[in-house]
Amino acid sequence: MADTITTTEPEMVAERRPPDLRRGLLGWLHANLFNTPLNGVVTLITVTLLSMLLWPALQWAVFQADWLGDSREACSGEGACWVFISARFESIVYGFYPEAERWRVDLVFVLLAVLIAWLVIPRLPAKRWVGVFALVGFPVLAFFLLVGGSFGLTHVPTREWGGVMLTLTIATVGIVGSLPIGVVLALGRRSKMPLVRGFCVVFIEFWRGVPLITVLFMASVMLPLFVPTQVEFDKLLRALVGIMFFWSAYMAEVVRGGLQAIPSGQEEAAKAMGMGYWQRMGLIVLPQSLKLVIPGIVNTFIALFKDTSLVLIIGLFDLLAIIRAGLTDSNWLGFATEGYVFAALVFWVFCFGMSRYSQYIERRLHTGHRN
Amino acid sequence: MNQANAARADAPMVEITGLNKWYGDFHVLRDIDLTVAQGERIVICGPSGSGKSTLIRCINHLEEHQEGRIVVNGLPMTRDVKRIEQIRRNVGMVFQHFNLFPHLSVLDNCCISQTWVQKKPRAEAERTAMEILERVQIADQARKYPGQLSGGQQQRVAIARALCMQPEVMLFDEPTSALDPEMIKEVLDVMVELAQDGMTMLCVTHEMGFAKTVADRVIFMDQGQIIEQAPPETFFNHPRSERTKLFLGQILGH
Repeated sequence: MADTITTTEPEMVAERRPPDLRRGLLGWLHANLFNTPLNGVVTLITVTLLSMLLWPALQWAVFQADWLGDSREACSGEGACWVFISARFESIVYGFYPEAERWRVDLVFVLLAVLIAWLVIPRLPAKRWVGVFALVGFPVLAFFLLVGGSFGLTHVPTREWGGVMLTLTIATVGIVGSLPIGVVLALGRRSKMPLVRGFCVVFIEFWRGVPLITVLFMASVMLPLFVPTQVEFDKLLRALVGIMFFWSAYMAEVVRGGLQAIPSGQEEAAKAMGMGYWQRMGLIVLPQSLKLVIPGIVNTFIALFKDTSLVLIIGLFDLLAIIRAGLTDSNWLGFATEGYVFAALVFWVFCFGMSRYSQYIERRLHTGHRN
Repeated sequence: MNQANAARADAPMVEITGLNKWYGDFHVLRDIDLTVAQGERIVICGPSGSGKSTLIRCINHLEEHQEGRIVVNGLPMTRDVKRIEQIRRNVGMVFQHFNLFPHLSVLDNCCISQTWVQKKPRAEAERTAMEILERVQIADQARKYPGQLSGGQQQRVAIARALCMQPEVMLFDEPTSALDPEMIKEVLDVMVELAQDGMTMLCVTHEMGFAKTVADRVIFMDQGQIIEQAPPETFFNHPRSERTKLFLGQILGH
């Protein structure tokens, strides 16, 4: 049926609030969990399964667990015995770092935490200077503090480093190093200069083509064969360089994806205003493309963070390795589950934190309702 | 730079001689000769693929030509990056799809090249930007992001952004083609005003009303060649070439 053709102008329809479609808890339950008989059954089965799995896990990890004590006598054996973790907590955090010098590690931890918090909380001022300090001043300061050997600090060789401290060192250096190198490689791969492009392509494809374990083995076993014996490279340093290059190759491809997603009109507009290459990249193209690939960048960071535990195969005692070492302690045989669960939890907390922060940043950088 | 320009007040703003360009084997621009005087307003029209956009994009070296000579404001175009950037600072460009920077506010879009290319202090850049945004009647949106504006508003910001560099000549590459019909007028109004202020302009457009109002010369291109050029009255009322007649019949015929 056709609508009647009106000749008079209709009256303006008054603006109204949208209708309230919330229906309370019962309404929500009905709409989401029990909207059809089949879905109702599925819900019930899922709830039963979850409770069957979760309840024993909670029993083990929390309710029947032993929390207090300083030796294995404190373990009742009914649930998890977290005494294993608390008794070894110092070594899990500091590795074999000399006890008298651990304040240096603490200081670096606190500085790192303050810097990250400062950069992450939007209200705090002077972001640019704090950022510059975090990227330039802090690494130098952390190096002198942790390594020592100058300014009256005793030298602590890196073979005494370990635990969370070593994991964080590797992850931080990897993250801070791989992003800028990756960006440069990604730009280089799109360069019109054949030499630059060729170098970047070969670099990226080489590092992406070998497993990280191979890189670490090569860094610790093969590299010393090629360099003169007088030059002594630190094992940790070699691992750090390997990890940084390995992940920068991945980062380069993530960033390149972002570069390709920016319409060519953006660079043309920047060119038309007389901007040079680095201005076009730094002010126009990179800010947009990096924003676009935040999920990919953080994904790489998370993978990097977790893969730091691979350094245990070249004899560096990161968090996981130090826990494994603790398992072979004859006083603490048989607490592997607690050890691994704890290690998993620590890794998870860091990775989940990065993931949430990246989502927050994506929301904050979102400009404009359209596009 | 401007003192040098003042010395040649009667020199042409843009001088193109024997321009040829190929995309691969495809000959897009063929023996183009074009001289644009200071303050002259030129409208370039022609069927799609006739090379009109390519021609004006050669003037600020967004496209590289293989043969011929381009002189902009007394500066011969070379392959030297410094020279190209020097010429681009004198040439403003407005694109069909605006190409505003979506991650920057309207104000920052207008300031970024002033502060980074012209090295002006931020306060001065903002003052210039606000004056020009006022001129295109969009100063009240200065704090918004391009994604929050309508197409017509975005294109006016794009014009303002180009004007902030105080260019000697403005290139318009189909500035109204991507706009909804009701927004075309607000953009054309700004362009007419700009023309009345004496800006040298080269516009690729199909807005024949605009051509009639402001153009000193209308150029018709087809298959990479300039087929006909004449003042608007002559061009529209007494076109000489058959191709021009056909084209005008197609775009004015309904």
